[in-house]
Amino acid sequence: MKQSSQTEYNSLSSQIRRIAALVRKESRQMLRDPSTILIGVMMPALLIFIFGFGLSLDVKNVPIALVLEHRSTEADELAAGFELSPYFHTTLLTSMPAAQQLMNERKVDGVVRIRQNFSRQLAFNNAEAEVLVHGSDANYARIVEGYAQGAVSQSLMRKRAEEMGTDIGPVIIHNQTWFNKNNDSHFFLVPGLIVLIMTLIGALLTALLMAREWEQGTLEAIFVTPVRVGEILLGKIIPYFGLGVIGLALCILAAQFLFHVPLRGSLAVLAVSSMLYLLVALGMGLLISAATKNQFLACQIAIIVSYLPAMMLSGFLFDIRSMPAAVRMITRVLPARYYNELLQTIFLAGDIWSIIIPDLIIVAGMATAFLSLARIKTKKKLG
Amino acid sequence: MKTAETDKELAISGTSLCKAFRRSSGDTVHALDHVSLAIQHGTLTALVGPDGAGKTTMLRMVAGLITPDAGKLAVLGINVTDDPQQIQSRISYMPQKFGLYEDLSVQENLDLYADLHGVTSEAKNLRYAQLMDMTNLAPFMGRLAGRLSGGMKQKLGLACTLVRSPELLLLDEPTVGVDPLSRRELWEIILRLVKDENLTVLMSTAYLDEAERCNHAVVLNQGKVLVQSPPSGVRELADDRVFLVAPHAGQPARSLQAQCFDDAGIVDAVPEGGLVRFVLGSGNINGGGSNATPGPLPSLLSGLAVKPVPARFEDGFMLLLHHQGDKAEPVSVGALGKNVPVDKGHREVVIEVTDLVKKFGLFTAVDHVSFKVCRGEIFGLLGPNGAGKTTTFRMLCGLLAATAGSLRVAGEDLRVARATARQRIGYVAQKFALYGQLSVLENLEFFASAYGLRGRRKRDRIEWALQHFELSQLAKLPSEQLPGGYKQRLAMAAALLHEPEILFLDEPTSGADPLARREFWRRITAFAEQGVTVIVTTHFMEEAEYCDHALIQDAGRLLAQGTPAEIRLLAYSRDGHRPSMEDAFIAIVEQSRTKAATATKDAA
Repeated sequence: MKQSSQTEYNSLSSQIRRIAALVRKESRQMLRDPSTILIGVMMPALLIFIFGFGLSLDVKNVPIALVLEHRSTEADELAAGFELSPYFHTTLLTSMPAAQQLMNERKVDGVVRIRQNFSRQLAFNNAEAEVLVHGSDANYARIVEGYAQGAVSQSLMRKRAEEMGTDIGPVIIHNQTWFNKNNDSHFFLVPGLIVLIMTLIGALLTALLMAREWEQGTLEAIFVTPVRVGEILLGKIIPYFGLGVIGLALCILAAQFLFHVPLRGSLAVLAVSSMLYLLVALGMGLLISAATKNQFLACQIAIIVSYLPAMMLSGFLFDIRSMPAAVRMITRVLPARYYNELLQTIFLAGDIWSIIIPDLIIVAGMATAFLSLARIKTKKKLG
Repeated sequence: MKTAETDKELAISGTSLCKAFRRSSGDTVHALDHVSLAIQHGTLTALVGPDGAGKTTMLRMVAGLITPDAGKLAVLGINVTDDPQQIQSRISYMPQKFGLYEDLSVQENLDLYADLHGVTSEAKNLRYAQLMDMTNLAPFMGRLAGRLSGGMKQKLGLACTLVRSPELLLLDEPTVGVDPLSRRELWEIILRLVKDENLTVLMSTAYLDEAERCNHAVVLNQGKVLVQSPPSGVRELADDRVFLVAPHAGQPARSLQAQCFDDAGIVDAVPEGGLVRFVLGSGNINGGGSNATPGPLPSLLSGLAVKPVPARFEDGFMLLLHHQGDKAEPVSVGALGKNVPVDKGHREVVIEVTDLVKKFGLFTAVDHVSFKVCRGEIFGLLGPNGAGKTTTFRMLCGLLAATAGSLRVAGEDLRVARATARQRIGYVAQKFALYGQLSVLENLEFFASAYGLRGRRKRDRIEWALQHFELSQLAKLPSEQLPGGYKQRLAMAAALLHEPEILFLDEPTSGADPLARREFWRRITAFAEQGVTVIVTTHFMEEAEYCDHALIQDAGRLLAQGTPAEIRLLAYSRDGHRPSMEDAFIAIVEQSRTKAATATKDAA
């Protein structure tokens, strides 16, 4: 009698039944708990909104002051070039101190100064326009500087070309950005955003919810049933994997229809790599909660080891190649880095197998590692 | 010598079990210290002992959730270290923080456990019907578990462990924080299962009267087994030592009780129906009460009518702990300062509540309640879970505005002068509401400043608190690391720093062990004698005996009011014997509920 009941607990069908019961329970909680919906649905929506519309790395309508210390046809032409540009909002001034004043008050982010001797210099082919940039935001400053210099040199070049009597100047710089022709920052922000959202759902949310079960003692009661640790973990992974896939679908839709990011690779590769990364994040979340068993701590650790690196070190906001060597080494162990690389490749370049295959192998390896660690670390033990 | 054969017949058989934990402060706590126990199939066993005795550790060990450091433990004939999963599959366990999912409904919680235990759907239907019949949860199947009252949550927790008939049921303090009615219902369920299904139950409890109803009792103290026997074995220790004494005319029972309690020759004393019940000590109770003779009656009782009464489990238990050197020490309260002892002739009313009503939307939490409390009185607010006690409390403290009615506290109308009234009251919340990371001293300093104490007065009051609550030794310890009873003391000390005239205590003894509860009441009676008015709620009905007046509330309505003796009289008529406070309480509440039920039936 006892023997038969024992085998009954071990049979596959009763295992499936227990997992199904846990998944059902988790899904119900997920739908009822406002905090899950907040992190799982509202946060991604908010992130899409903030990153998609608020944070754009394209610079438009930069307020600048144009100081014309000297009026001439040439100078006026240059000024007109700035005034007509969509990138700048110009204020015309005649003296430098006034411009400095505006700079100090941060009413303008840059000053283009055309000196007294501009026309004369132009005649000798060594005309100079001075470009001053507000350096409080270095990134922004670099962009403004680039635009302003571009505008000045273009105008000068055109001028010279006219003088030479031909349409073709001595040098024509042909600037082309591959994979992102319009230099639209959404193209690389949106894939990065997907990395962030997958990390949030997988690691942070799961770590929090599992730690809550430890904290509230619900696991203590569940432990003393025929349920196995693996079944408890699967009961958590399956519903949150589902939630992650929904989040992913929303992001892909937003990328296509809201931001018009092209998808040059195949959807299948995108789905496979995202699901693998989701498993990495879930494994991290479960591992963190098993190690801390405390919601506050789990939340802190999940943010520090998963969310912040996904934002700062994945190559999403800052280019990995321009990081110091030590930090570059750190990024090598970050799953988010490989996922970000995968997404950027799939969205913007296409199915470049020489990048995709190694990255997929690494992400799959990490998923296996984290999930196994979570399985080992979660024990039916207290105290 | 036991053979393996007899071991198999035992539900639980433990030999020399040890378990030590390391505290964050570095010292080691021996939660279990060479504990051996044997529990037969089909018996109901109580695990009793003061806080920190090792009860929860023992239960978790049996459930395979804690590995013993040393010793051997077999549950259902299986060694716990070999195959904990097999044990976990066959037993049921209800932890202290019962594992209900508060955002799932009653039905969903039950289904989850039924599925985890692999109960087939036919078996489930049959079992559910049976469980609903026992727990009366049927009307609440769709309700979220988090919205159930405390008693119903416990019943659901128990039902979840019973979705199938387990071979062993472990319950960790299933009746803590539960009102007497729900407690009695829980007990009916457990007793019925033991009888009908020959269930084996091991439960820990802080209620010693519950131990008396078990087949077997294991008394633990500081990780060691003191006694393991039928409850009568513990009870018999106190035979011929228990007496009832009537106080002098005009003397409140609790002041005689306090004197008895402080007397070296007396082990334990409690007020009971206007009399004082006490347990006489002696030099030696070694080897069971029979060979030690009780000491002489203390001189303070000379000239009073003393009559012997049969001993109870609790008396034997107190005697056992006393022998271990654990007696709640005599409490010195010191002068409270501006409070003057009560002038018995002149009874000044300090709290006056008339027609108090509180509505939350359509729900009436407090329904036209009126009462008066005089200076220096101890006033008890009794009622089942959800009766409106905490709501009444919050209104009295000015934390919640009343919907209708008048409230005068310390001469101030609370509807217009909440802030001034608040200066004169102290409030100890149900949960420990001090800062865990701050030390005892830092907590006291913070609360002193919060009450506006400064300079010399602040130093004096903190000194007073440390001294009279015996916290000086622990002043530097973070308050979260204090043992249970000391946390309670610190909370009370903090509430008394500004020398309030009125002290509000919301379920101060919930979950406390008998020793801590005795000591707590000793302090309270001492404060009352100095003119502090105390308003208290409790689920321990025998504690109502310490009160001068008490009221019983249910569903927001006032059911009975008077001295404890008067309230007991209300239940006299039921049968011949003297009802206990608990009997009276249950009778009064049930009577009113039946009346309400017939009234609604008639209306329909």
